[in-house]
Amino acid sequence: MKTKYSLMASAALSALVGTSAFAPAVQADDATFKIGVVTFLSGGASGPFGIPGRNAAEVVIEAINAGTMPAPYDTAGIGGAMIEQVVIDENSKQKVADYQKLVDKDEVDAVVGYASSGSCKAIAPEAEKLKQLTVFAICGTPQIFEEIVTEPEYLFRSMSHATMDNVGAARYVLDTTPELKTIGGINQNYAWGQDSWRDFSETIAALKSSVEVDSEQFPKIFAGQYGSEISALLSAKVDVVHSSFWGGDLEAMIIQGAGRGLFDRSQMVLTSSDTAIPRLGAQIPNGTIIGARGFNGPYAPDTELANWFEQAYFDRFGVAPVSPSYQMAQSIMALKAAADKAQSSDPDAIRAALAGLTFESASGEVSMSLSDGHQAATGIAYGTYEFDASTGKGSVKNVRSYAAGCVNPPVGVTSGEWIKGGFDGATCE
Amino acid sequence: MQTAVAISVDGLGFAAWLFLSSVGLTLIYGVMRILNIAHGGFYALGAYSSAWAIGLFVNSGGAVVYSFLLIPLAALLAGAIAGLLVERGILRYMYGRDEVLMVLVTYAIFLILEDATKLIWGTESYVAWQPAFHFGTINVMDIPYTVYKFIIMAVALAVGAALFLVLNKTRVGKLLLVVIEDREISGALGINVTLFFTVTFVVGAILGALGGAISAPEISVLPGIGAEIIVLSFAVIVIGGMGSIGGAMLGALIVGFARALSVHLYPPAELFSIYLVMAAVLAVKPYGLFALAESRKI
Repeated sequence: MKTKYSLMASAALSALVGTSAFAPAVQADDATFKIGVVTFLSGGASGPFGIPGRNAAEVVIEAINAGTMPAPYDTAGIGGAMIEQVVIDENSKQKVADYQKLVDKDEVDAVVGYASSGSCKAIAPEAEKLKQLTVFAICGTPQIFEEIVTEPEYLFRSMSHATMDNVGAARYVLDTTPELKTIGGINQNYAWGQDSWRDFSETIAALKSSVEVDSEQFPKIFAGQYGSEISALLSAKVDVVHSSFWGGDLEAMIIQGAGRGLFDRSQMVLTSSDTAIPRLGAQIPNGTIIGARGFNGPYAPDTELANWFEQAYFDRFGVAPVSPSYQMAQSIMALKAAADKAQSSDPDAIRAALAGLTFESASGEVSMSLSDGHQAATGIAYGTYEFDASTGKGSVKNVRSYAAGCVNPPVGVTSGEWIKGGFDGATCE
Repeated sequence: MQTAVAISVDGLGFAAWLFLSSVGLTLIYGVMRILNIAHGGFYALGAYSSAWAIGLFVNSGGAVVYSFLLIPLAALLAGAIAGLLVERGILRYMYGRDEVLMVLVTYAIFLILEDATKLIWGTESYVAWQPAFHFGTINVMDIPYTVYKFIIMAVALAVGAALFLVLNKTRVGKLLLVVIEDREISGALGINVTLFFTVTFVVGAILGALGGAISAPEISVLPGIGAEIIVLSFAVIVIGGMGSIGGAMLGALIVGFARALSVHLYPPAELFSIYLVMAAVLAVKPYGLFALAESRKI
């Protein structure tokens, strides 16, 4: 009987170790540049993150192939080669094996994507080991280049890491809530959530040492039920509650927290929350501080490229792009910009050109200035939510922007050292 | 004092949700000896049906108070149709096979149900919060709780009581207990074991769907929610003893309170607490607190 139980448990666990959904591979030829696009096609992150990311990849890749993007990307293809994409599901328990398959069997020239910091931590060393040009599009943990791959050659990240989000959030809170006395947090219990809370709370401590931390909650990712955590935060009655929740977890927390008055009792700071605006609308309480992980979504700049992307995306899918759409688009534009600079579709030429490159994206100018030119540094904006009942749409008000140099550590300094050291070298206008 | 009360209410609230989400799993195991991984699929079907129906109803101008009726209705329809299809279409051909094989069979069904939900409702999230906040909140020691949370507790109690009464006080229930004890002897005595299997599986599926349907107004209904719940449900029924309704209730209470205690007193242990409790219980009672007695056959 005991053996049967253990066999059943093993079988159950093995069965729960998921599979990944692969799109059919396409044979490459000399005139193609094959990109592996990794994004959540299933699971809790697919709706708010993965699908908008995949949609953005489709829009941008088709436009690059057709040569219909505005300047500076108005030439067709990547170094003259047409792009083929192989889309795979990030929601897999065998992420490394899936990545290896992209490299070895699908023979992609570059891999872009990945939203989860957990995924990126697993893939980062593999990219270097397999010598595969890889551009992380979304994942935020600073650990990637500060601890895991400290001398990158093949790996890039085309957006800022979580330090930008949380230093920016802390600066916004202190700028708008000068009487701040206590803070609390609810963040997912893995790299992204832990790093986000560390950067936010330590920034607050560095900038205003009198502020006390009262409640730190770290529920499991995809838990869905946050009754106890919300009670603890309600009980703590802190001035500000910070959360880096994203996707379905974010939506569930807003529904449960707003319904119980958490958003009235404390000022909520949601660093990755623009994705919830089109879904929850009036359910997000007015005054909530909204982040979009850079100049994305409601904070996108008014440029020809940004306006084209927003319109092309809307025309294709009938909804406005959200931050993961901009971030995925940015990773492909990074490849395009580097290929144009190198005037080649050779992956080695592209990665050489991408290191240290400054390029245009739908979210403004991106500078690959950190971690030997492999890590982007961009600015960020925060604002407060306001729902317009007459139009049925939400928007952001009281927007403040922070330059890249104000919210990212300088070259050669880790995020933790920079924050604890009092932001040496920060350039805040 | 406030913390103690908060732990109690939060623990009960989480336990009620856990019990509703896992009781169908233990019922099916108790009667059919099938560890039904597809239970997560029924949960997801219930959640999607409920969220979709509530959204459609409320957005069409329906009064929110009537949307409460859609929750049991969605669970009944989704659970009954899916349960019947799965049992009649697949499982009845597999009865008598090894329990480990049945785990894999139900896992395959779970994957099919996951894809079915995506085919029907897509990959976008569904939110249907209206019922959850219709009756507002109640302040308990200065901490607001939604009335809906107490409704879930009441429903969990009602489901537990109904199952207890049906199993112990009705003729059908007593016959079912005979089937649980020995299906071969039951058949020899003229009990229609196949019918009991079908009905039990469909009831288990409806209960699974009810867990999802009643959760839907509080969460964002997304692909993947079924996989999350099956792991937690498994922990609950293992603690309580697989196949025991009372065990599922006790298991849900233990897990609910363990989680609430850790969140309020030592948040870093939240993730760990559920499995620590499970390990501790299994160390003392390897087959769970209320494991069904196994008759020895010669």
